This record gives sequence, structure tokens and C-alpha cells, in this order.
Amino acid sequence: MNKVIRNIWIWLVLLFLYAPILILAFYSFTSATMIGTVREFSLANYETLFTTPELVSMILGTLLLALGVALLSTILGTMGAIGSFYSGKKVRGAIELSNQIPVVNADVVTGFSVCILMIAIFHIRKDTYIPLVIGQTALCVPFVYLSVIPRLKKMDHQLYEAALDLGCTPAKALWKVTIPQIVPGIASGFMTAVTLSLDDYFIATYTKPATFNTISTYVVNATRGSQTAIKTALWALSTIIFVVVVVFVVGANKVGNKEN
Amino acid sequence: MSRDFTEEKTLKYSFSRKQLAIPYCIFLILFVILPLLVVIFYAFTNDEGQVSFANFIAFFQSSKTVGTLVYSIVIAVVTTLICLLIAYPTAYILAKTGMRSGSALLLLFVLPMWINFTLRITALKEILTLIEGNLAFHPFFNTILCMVYDFLPFMIMPLYNTLTKLDDSYVEAAQDLGAKKSHVFLKVVLPLSVPGIVSGVTMVFLPSMTNYVVLDMVYNSTYIMGSLIGSYFSAYDWHNGSVISIILLLIICVITFISNRYAEGDDRQQGKVSVLK
Repeated sequence: MNKVIRNIWIWLVLLFLYAPILILAFYSFTSATMIGTVREFSLANYETLFTTPELVSMILGTLLLALGVALLSTILGTMGAIGSFYSGKKVRGAIELSNQIPVVNADVVTGFSVCILMIAIFHIRKDTYIPLVIGQTALCVPFVYLSVIPRLKKMDHQLYEAALDLGCTPAKALWKVTIPQIVPGIASGFMTAVTLSLDDYFIATYTKPATFNTISTYVVNATRGSQTAIKTALWALSTIIFVVVVVFVVGANKVGNKEN
Repeated sequence: MSRDFTEEKTLKYSFSRKQLAIPYCIFLILFVILPLLVVIFYAFTNDEGQVSFANFIAFFQSSKTVGTLVYSIVIAVVTTLICLLIAYPTAYILAKTGMRSGSALLLLFVLPMWINFTLRITALKEILTLIEGNLAFHPFFNTILCMVYDFLPFMIMPLYNTLTKLDDSYVEAAQDLGAKKSHVFLKVVLPLSVPGIVSGVTMVFLPSMTNYVVLDMVYNSTYIMGSLIGSYFSAYDWHNGSVISIILLLIICVITFISNRYAEGDDRQQGKVSVLK
């Protein structure tokens, strides 16, 4: 392939991926209510975003939910991975098979099935947030599990035995010897869980309390409505998230590169 | 004597590392396996709680629901093919042509998967509204475009992973033995990248059959399989909702069966996980 053609191709694909986000980011700093119209510079969208109680509580709620779900998933998934790693072949096989179900399953089906289990069988009300947290956790734990297992495979197992021989209790050896060796896997599992929860629409929409909204459910509802101030405030939100993601992914990758 | 004492002490506080899996096992049984059993139960029973295949028969007899199944498959096939056509050359250029800092560039291509998809679709939708005026005139085109926009990073990622691992000596051997450029690609590179293609297809095909939010957002009022679950859910119709879930699960089983024969072990599931490694 010709070098010029290659470069053009790469730039075209990047343009396709980034032009919409960047154009929206540009217009988020203007008073325009539609893109393509020329208006003067304005921070009104950002002001609306941070002063409208509905928007602020929606953003904080989404973040809190994501952190809570990620924490729960990380604890469950890490313990599950360590436990399964040292279990017999049969138990491990069964865990890995069930672990695959939420990974390959469609989110719609996961959300729907967790919802009917919670509501029709267990009679747990959605206002308790329990169905929402459980549903998103069911989606996230498998990814934590999958990111911890490779670290366990790579780790030096004699250190744990050595710690025991030197008189360490198994619990302490696990905490002081095993966990530090698999921290990168745990961290990337946690981050994956956070983004999965932030990106989730389907599980949230089936299991959330009626008055609670995540960013995804809010945006989808907002596109149905016609409140212009809210619509353009979401452009500001999109821009902020874009910047945060760029900083985070580039930063995480720098740390990752240093390690290797 | 003192030795016995320590051993006893260790035993008393000892736990086996296997036991750490217990909470996760309980969680998996309660919230992953059990929901599936509940769905199976609802799909094969009627309102009186009797075993019945009526729900399935109704699904396959109604031209409306069969039409939905066909429409979702068309959307999924077209989305997957276009993603593949865009992603393959991109991944190939990044992985194989000695592009400067190919792996850093890859980050740019997969970064969008970390941004909330509803916000990204909103961005594309605004652009489309500017160009087309009224989105409702081109529902199919807009749907496919938004789906491709949403899922492209998930196709580039596994293809890149497979192509970087591809051993160049095969290509060189083929060239040394006099194969034409097009032959080298068709007979050597393409077959060796099948695992990546399969991984990418599994990551794009099913979501594009079910992600009905994309259709909602571009005002495409035609249903796909996901929309059916959504509408049965709103009507508290657990039985028919479960039927759709079972049909989707069967499709997933087929895809998984095929991909397990071709895909490389971990590659497929990792997706997002491997970005941060």
C-alpha cells in the first residue's frame, strides 16, 4: 500500500471517530442551540450543567453508582479469581463457564433477566437500588475476574509458600504477598468495571428506581424531549467526559508502559 | 513442643485459598444462573403456569415478529461488514506497515469506547441533523452509520491484536517463493487473521442486533430484537420477553460455538480489559 494512501485512510477514520465529538465540543462553548449556527462564545452550557439540580444529582448519582458497583465487583471478582485459581479443575471450569455468561450475553437480556428475577421472584422493589446495583455488578464482576486471572498465572507462587514457611498466617500471606503481585490486574479490573457501569444503559433502564437517572438513561430521555437548555448542557457534559477520558486513558497507558 | 503449638495455631486461623471463591460462586448462582433459569421458565409457561410452547409458536407465526428478527439480522450483518471493511485496513496499517508509534495510534482508535455511547451517538446525531435536515428520511442509513460509529473500536482492537502477533516470516516466505502481492494477502495474511476477524465479529454482531437505543435516538421506529424485549418489558409481559431472550441466547450460543473454534483463547473476552494493561 502506498504511504500517502495509508496516511489518508488513517486520518479519514480518525476524522470519522472524532469529528462529531470535537464539533460538539466547539459548539458547547457557544450560545448556539443548534450546531452550524454562528453564535458568540459563551459558558452558559457549563453553567447550566453545574447549577441545574436535576443535572448535578444525575451526574453525582451516576458516579457514585459506578464507584460502588466497581468496588463491589472488584472485591467479589478478585476473591473469586484467587479462589478459582486454587480450586480443582471441575470447580474452576464451572466458575469460568458461568463467568462467561454475562460477557457474551446481550446487555438487554442480562438486564431483563435480572429484573424479572428481582421483581417477580424475590419481590425486591426497585426503589431500594438493590436490583440496579446487583444487575450492574453481575455485568462487571466477570471482567474483573478476567483481568485478575492472567496476573495470577504470571505471579511467583513460591513467595506465598515461603511466607508460610517463615511463619506467616495464610491470611497475612495473602494480603502481604499475593495481593501486591496482582494489583495491576485488580486496578485494571476496577477501571473496566467503572467504565462498564458508566456506559451501561440497558441494565440501568430495567432495574433503576423510577426517579433515579444515570447519564445514559438521562441522555436517551433528553433526546426524546425538546428542552433546548438541557440538550446543549449535555454537549458540555460530553466535552468534559471526553477530556477526562483522554487524560485518564493516556495517563493509565503511561503508567502501564513504565511497568513493562 | 513449640513447633506443635505454632502448627496448631496456624490450623486454627487457617483457611484454604479455595474458600475465597465461595462468595463469587454464590453470586454467580443467584444472579447469573438463576436469572437464566427464570427466563427459561417464563418462556416455556403460560399465564396459568402450565408448560407451553405457544409463545414460541406465536413468535414464529407472526409476520411482525419474524420481520423484526430478519430486520435485526440485516442490521447486524451490514453493521458488522462495514465495521470489518473499515477496521481491517486500519488495523493492518497500524500493525504491519511499520507506522511510527503504531501502538500509540491504536490508543486513539480505541479511546472512544471509554466515552458513554449515548453521548457519542448524540454528537453524531447533531452532525447528521445538520447535514440531512430531518433524520426520519433515512432511518436505515442513519441507524447503520450510528451503529458503525459506536462499535468500530471494538472491531479494530482484536484485529490489531491478531495482526501484531502475525509472524512476518510467513509473509516473507510466500514472497520469496514468488507469490504475487494479492496472493500473499489472500492466501497467507487473511487466513492467519481469522481469529481476529472472528473476535471482532462476535463483539459487534450481537450488540447491533439488540442495541435499540441507537434506533430510538435517530428516530428509526422499526423494531429490532432488543426493542421487542423493551416493549414486552414495559407491558409487564414476562413470557414473551423471555421468549425473545431465549432466541437471542440461542443466537449467542451459535456465535460462541463458531468463535470458540477459531478465536484465540483470551483475546475475545478481553476487549476493554486489555486497553489498560
